[in-house]
Amino acid sequence: MSRASEDSNRRMLRARDEMDRSYAEPLDVPALARVAHVSEAHFIRTFRATFGETPHRYLQRRRVERAMFLLRSTDRTVTDICMAVGFSSLGTFSRVFADVVGEPPSVYRRRGPLAPVPSCFGMRWLRPSEKARPSERSAVPEKPGDPARS
Amino acid sequence: MLTSISITSLYVLDQDQALDFYVGKLGFEVQTDQQFGPMRFLTVALPSDPGHAVLLERPAPPSVGPEVADQVRELVTKGAGGGHLFLTTDDAHKAHAELKEKGVDLPEEPVVQPYGIDFGLRDPFGNSVRIAQMTPSPTS
Repeated sequence: MSRASEDSNRRMLRARDEMDRSYAEPLDVPALARVAHVSEAHFIRTFRATFGETPHRYLQRRRVERAMFLLRSTDRTVTDICMAVGFSSLGTFSRVFADVVGEPPSVYRRRGPLAPVPSCFGMRWLRPSEKARPSERSAVPEKPGDPARS
Repeated sequence: MLTSISITSLYVLDQDQALDFYVGKLGFEVQTDQQFGPMRFLTVALPSDPGHAVLLERPAPPSVGPEVADQVRELVTKGAGGGHLFLTTDDAHKAHAELKEKGVDLPEEPVVQPYGIDFGLRDPFGNSVRIAQMTPSPTS
C-alpha cells in the first residue's frame, strides 16, 4: 500500500464522518466530495473501494440507524422521526426502513429501549448491514417467504 | 487483584505528528521518549492523570513485517485500527473552543447526551477521540 492510498483513506473517512454527523441534512455527492477534497466521480468509486459500499448506501443506513435509535429511545411519532433523520418522504422512509431492517418502524419500536451506551458505540453497532440481518431477523420471527425482504 | 490500567497503546503513523497532536493540541505531556533500537518508546499522559499513559507506537518492522505494517496503516486510516480514546473534561464547550483556537479539525459541536456533553474528533491518522463532560451520577 502506498502513502497516497492512506491519504485517500483518510479523505474518505472524513466524508464518512460527515455523513455520521450531518445525516439530517440534505447531503449530496457534490457536498461530500468537497469534504473529501476529490471530484464527484472519483468520490463514489473511491468510497466504495475503501469501505465496501456506496456513499448513498452508507448514508441511507446511517439514517435508518438513527431512526432505529429514536424509535426505541423516544416517544416521537414515526413521521417526526422520518423527517428528523433526513428523509423527506414518509413513503420512502417506510419502504427503506422495512427493506433494511426487515420490519416496519412501528413494529421495530416494540423492541423497547436500548441500553445507554455512548452514541459513537451505538452508531457503529446499530447501523444495519447486509450481513447483520439474519441474526437480527432470527431474534424477532417474521412472516416467512416475503420476497421484498430478500 | 488488578488495580489499574497503567499503559494503553495506540497505533500512530508518525510519532512527531502524534506528539504535535496529543501534546501540542490536546494537552498531554510526554512521559517517556526513548530511542529503543529502531523504535521510539513514546508514552504520553494527561497531567491530571499521570498513572494512565498512552503508548504511541508506529506499526513498522521489525515489530511486524512490512506487509502487516501496511495492513495496519490501511486500517488505521480507514478508522478501523481499533484506536479509541475516551477522554473527560470539566467543561466540554470550553475544551471545544480551546481546541478550535489551536486549529484542531473539529467536525462536531458538543452535544448533550444522556451521560453528559460530548464531541468527537479524529487524530491525524484516523483514530477516534471523544471528549466528554460527564453528568455526575446521583450517588457521587
